[in-house]
Amino acid sequence: MALVVILGVPAATVAYVAAIEWVMKRLPYTLAAKVRPWLWLAPALLLLAFYLIYPSLNTARISFMNADSTEYVGLDNYGFAVTNPDMISAFKNNILWLIFFTGGTVILGLVIAVLTDRVRYETLIKGIIFLPMAISYVAAGVIWKLMYQYQPAGKAQTGTVNAVLAAIIPGFEPKAWLFNQSFNNAALIIIGVWMWTGFCMVVLSAALKGIPDELLEAARVDGANEWQVFWRVILPLMKSTIAVVATTMVINVLKIFDIVYVMTNGNLDTEVIANRMYKEMFNYRHFGRASAIAVILLLATIPVMIVNIRRFQQQEEIR
Amino acid sequence: MNEMAKRTLRRIPLHLVILGIAIAWFIPSMGLLSSSFRPAEEISSTGWWTVFVPPTELTTQLYEEALTRQNMGQSFVNSLFISIPATIIPIMGAAFAAYAFAWLEFPGRNILFVIVVALLVVPLQLTFIPILRVYNRVGLTGTFPGIWLAHAAYGLPFAIYLLRNSIGALPKDLFESAYLDGASSFDVFFRIVLPLTVPALASLVIFQFLWVWNDLLVALIYLGGTPSVAPMTVTISNLVNSLGGNWQVLTAAAFISVILPLLVFFSLQRYFVKGILAGSVKG
Repeated sequence: MALVVILGVPAATVAYVAAIEWVMKRLPYTLAAKVRPWLWLAPALLLLAFYLIYPSLNTARISFMNADSTEYVGLDNYGFAVTNPDMISAFKNNILWLIFFTGGTVILGLVIAVLTDRVRYETLIKGIIFLPMAISYVAAGVIWKLMYQYQPAGKAQTGTVNAVLAAIIPGFEPKAWLFNQSFNNAALIIIGVWMWTGFCMVVLSAALKGIPDELLEAARVDGANEWQVFWRVILPLMKSTIAVVATTMVINVLKIFDIVYVMTNGNLDTEVIANRMYKEMFNYRHFGRASAIAVILLLATIPVMIVNIRRFQQQEEIR
Repeated sequence: MNEMAKRTLRRIPLHLVILGIAIAWFIPSMGLLSSSFRPAEEISSTGWWTVFVPPTELTTQLYEEALTRQNMGQSFVNSLFISIPATIIPIMGAAFAAYAFAWLEFPGRNILFVIVVALLVVPLQLTFIPILRVYNRVGLTGTFPGIWLAHAAYGLPFAIYLLRNSIGALPKDLFESAYLDGASSFDVFFRIVLPLTVPALASLVIFQFLWVWNDLLVALIYLGGTPSVAPMTVTISNLVNSLGGNWQVLTAAAFISVILPLLVFFSLQRYFVKGILAGSVKG
């Protein structure tokens, strides 16, 4: 078993490419040029077709049907999805997530990648920022319940946030971070930023390392200060990776589920779209509504996709 | 004041900012770490920072409880058997596809790429029922290949998207000169494309490994509860359920499961080095 896992799987992938190129060499040149791309794409496309595309099409069909998929109901489920008060509150919260989660993770990730690039203990700091990514959602739920715990004023606080704030701000009233509706969404978004900044940092840092030192040195020799080097050299060169990271975070926000699920389960006005879908599907067993919500999520990515295609076309024009 | 001292002085704010961020980031995990060494009944009565004020009572009781549960060793090995192929398959498949999307010409390239990236947003919960029906028919439920392929497919959209970006950003001259020298696509891919995208590949390996390693939902659905194939997440969640209110054991279990992902992160960290692309194209 161990042998199959450690040697067999990688060997099989290399053998696949060797085999297709062996066949390609024996085909006439023009035919090979037509067939080759599809053979390189085949393993990925086959997996995607079965595991994601087929279930998605199935979902699209079910979204026009009633709760147990026995008859068609037209656009009823979509009507529900855009008028139900819980759904509207979920849309509103998802927009909050979109702005603050995406902004927070991408900006902090970039700042940390750029700053740690300049110090010797880079690996240690990056390890610390990355740590939350390595923790499962269940464990993260435990961690943040310890952080946000609340005891009434006057009693000893066991929650880190309340204890720290009480220590530095005189007369601070302990807050029930997860229950007070004026900031419980902010409390959840902070957890998201804590978990995902490490992701942005790792990808952005990999791109940063790809910028040749000579380029930065040249700018410095020409008299640019560090601030100008960042804005005029580093940022433009990292633009495409920043776009990738931001896109991934936007898509992540549309799907954000686990944090809300383990912390509040959407109670007290913290509902998000994916959490609504899960409830419709597994709590209320209304497959039609759950599917309509999933289709809306898919449609919401269209603007993001258009931006990405434009970007890839530009990448091709300049090379 | 000499140059060295001036430079050090100028850099103090930089160090302070970095340390400030690192401390803020570490505090939540620190809370979990210190709680995991405290006696269970104290966790709910006093703050975790009280361990730093003597008298301190530390115990490995929670770790013992987590580790001595049945199956922990077996499920560690299972987790590895699941995670390694479920990391390699999607990344290789994605690299092949990304190479085709970035450098080979074929009709429908853009539209196909949009579809692939749009699949990033498909909520996994929707895919379970149709796929499970097929799995049951062909006998893939509860097997390693069954879960490898499922994780591979779920990881592909992001992997293709990220690699399409970095493979597409390689300079055109590299490919032209390689083809002029008579290299085949096989050579170009394994000798040029893969080595030059090492930082992106390394970050992908880290993420995919993590997602698979920490996944509970997909494992529960496709492997069922069978102990002989159960990964650590499944065993730990069973442990929490069977312990009822004794959630404190989770603090220890969480740290046990974090050790390997962190090792992967630190060992791949050295591939994020400056100038991998530097010497390969002149001018």
